[in-house]
Amino acid sequence: MEVNRKEEGAWSPYVAGGLSGLVIIVSVLSAGKFFGASTTFVRSAGMLGKYFGPERVEQLEYFIRYLPRFDWQFLFVVGIFLGSLLSALTSDSFKWQGVPDMWAERFGTNPALRGIVAFIGGIVAMFGARLAGGCPSGHGLSGIIQLAASGLIAMVFFFVGGIIMTRLVYHGGNR
Amino acid sequence: MNAEMIYGLITGMFFGFLLQKARVVRYDKQIAALRFQDMTIIKFMMSAIIVGMVGIHFFEMFGLVRLLYKPVVLSENIGGGILFGLGWGLLGYCPGTQGGALGEGRWDSLWGILGMIVGAGLYAETYPILVENVLGWENLGYLTLPQLIGVNRWLVIIVFVTGIVAMFRWFEKKGL
Repeated sequence: MEVNRKEEGAWSPYVAGGLSGLVIIVSVLSAGKFFGASTTFVRSAGMLGKYFGPERVEQLEYFIRYLPRFDWQFLFVVGIFLGSLLSALTSDSFKWQGVPDMWAERFGTNPALRGIVAFIGGIVAMFGARLAGGCPSGHGLSGIIQLAASGLIAMVFFFVGGIIMTRLVYHGGNR
Repeated sequence: MNAEMIYGLITGMFFGFLLQKARVVRYDKQIAALRFQDMTIIKFMMSAIIVGMVGIHFFEMFGLVRLLYKPVVLSENIGGGILFGLGWGLLGYCPGTQGGALGEGRWDSLWGILGMIVGAGLYAETYPILVENVLGWENLGYLTLPQLIGVNRWLVIIVFVTGIVAMFRWFEKKGL
């Protein structure tokens, strides 16, 4: 299978990545904010939890540390959605798709199977990110940019875990 | 919405725009990197890192930025890191970028977003137990690579950037 073919209208990852580096510099200079994302999911969990069991949310120490409220990072994560939507719609690359191509080639086009695995993957990934103290944005981008040892260690093990899991999932190739 | 939140929204929109332009948010690209088939996401990420690294440390010398990084806690960084990776290999999206995947119509990311909210809630529930048993083990404090090696940070930056550029050249040679 040919994964590597150049997609129409795609920017070079070196150019787009380098420009993202400039966005990070401007963000730190202007707002004092490094990139990060996983704390937003803690705040979201707290917000949703307040509907189902407000007393429980108030009891939990972790939601006191990370209060269920909107902040810079929450809007940053929302902004990523909007920026991507804008880019996709204006370049004709928006595609409503519930089963990724590579997944479909191996496991078929059942969106329920893909959904269940994605959901479980999300639970495990976020639990791990909170335990690690960040995700590929907070530890990966922000940590390594600052030459933090924690960022580099976490990033290496993100890949170790990811490589192990994709080996298991795609054991024996695509077919 | 306060000023800080507006900054967050605008910064996120720029980042999301660039992520989509380079096609790095989708499952196929993320998993292809983990399967060593297509290194687009690594090229994107490392380009952002080397530009950011030079810029941030340059402005820091003049006191214009304040560094804000996390301490090394080996049990957390390694244990959590592997756990994140295992979940990432199943989901094929990252916490920050999966909103971008949804933005270009990849709606299976909704399941990932939902799972991540549940995962964060689960973490909050188990946090008291984790504090007792796992968190804080092998806490080595706030460490940077230059401190660890004991050299000037610009030497580390030069070596890092050179290494990454060499890796890029190797990717291109191998057609990754």
